[in-house]
Amino acid sequence: MENNLIAITTLCTHYEIEFSFIDALQKTGLIQIVIIEQNQFIHEDKISDLEKMIRLHNELNVNIEGIDVVFNLLEKEKALREELNILKNRLRIYENDSL
Amino acid sequence: MAFIDYYKILGITKSASDKDIKSAYRKLARKYHPDLNPDNKEAELRFKEINEANEVLSDPENRKKYDKYGKDWKHGGEYEKAQQQQSRQQSHYQSSQRGQQEFYENDYSDFFESMFGGQGRSSNQGHFQKFKGQDYHSELHLDLKEVYTSNAKILTINNKNIRLTIPAGVENGQIIKISGKGGKGLNGGPNGDLYITFVIGNQTQFKRDGKNLYSDIDLDLYTSLLGGEITVDTFDGKVKLKIAPETLNGTKVKLKGKGFPVYKKEGEFGDLIFTYHIKIPTNLSEKEKELFKELQKIR
Repeated sequence: MENNLIAITTLCTHYEIEFSFIDALQKTGLIQIVIIEQNQFIHEDKISDLEKMIRLHNELNVNIEGIDVVFNLLEKEKALREELNILKNRLRIYENDSL
Repeated sequence: MAFIDYYKILGITKSASDKDIKSAYRKLARKYHPDLNPDNKEAELRFKEINEANEVLSDPENRKKYDKYGKDWKHGGEYEKAQQQQSRQQSHYQSSQRGQQEFYENDYSDFFESMFGGQGRSSNQGHFQKFKGQDYHSELHLDLKEVYTSNAKILTINNKNIRLTIPAGVENGQIIKISGKGGKGLNGGPNGDLYITFVIGNQTQFKRDGKNLYSDIDLDLYTSLLGGEITVDTFDGKVKLKIAPETLNGTKVKLKGKGFPVYKKEGEFGDLIFTYHIKIPTNLSEKEKELFKELQKIR
């Protein structure tokens, strides 16, 4: 499992961010930190989310609460887009009714 | 490349203060940032323009040059020198003109590309922010038959071959993201992502709704009345179906597990639903008419 984990210290160095930022994200429930033998890690699947949070924070000055709101709304938007796609495909059944 | 009015892009006037520029940039960036507008190419383009405008106007030196030279702001100093040289040295007219030509051709586009096209420029543009590389968007056209099973494809995106395994059951309009396969990041920023939208055509007799497949079957009157057995096509071969006596028009029959594979759930399939359409015989012979009349009397 440790193969899929990335140490927070590595992430802080790579993205030039303070640990306090990651800690705040964790406290808000935006990311999950895995602790193994007193070392803290983030799962590699969540790195793209973390990158997005860093960009929102650095490029748009969005604070932690704002990031939380943005992520919730993006989740809703994604669900709606998926639903729209399903409905469009269902509509296609009737539009292309050649049988 | 056409002249771009950076002031207009940021919605400010030429007399805007640094604070106004920053404020206008932040407001527009919050509106068009790609993270807030996933899969929105128009927003992505606007965001690039906004960034370009901000990079130029937020730097007092660049802004001064831009105000003075407009589209040739980056080469303003050289442009002046070239013009002076041109008037002083008529004998070098040709070479001077060639230089000038280059200035005109080299307008904003290279600056634009330096930020988002991957070739980061480190010369005299000052300190740039780290930027994620450009996200690439691509469409992959497949037929329904091709997505019934998982298959490997090699896509060529910007002259790079990308090996991709397309899982069975992918939906029409579904977008998959391949992280880091977009444009190169700028100034050490992360690479962009590649987004592939699947466009799935359907040349088969089946209609698809998610994991379920639908098809109509024409049934002759006698088989529908008396029952029988027919052979029908499914996606993975032929299947024999028993028709119950007195089957009504519009009756649906569900074949469990004979539908479409469920995306990323190996071995899981939807159902295949057949709808019977009873065909009434036409061009009846005299004898048939008589027999039907007899049947009518019995009823």
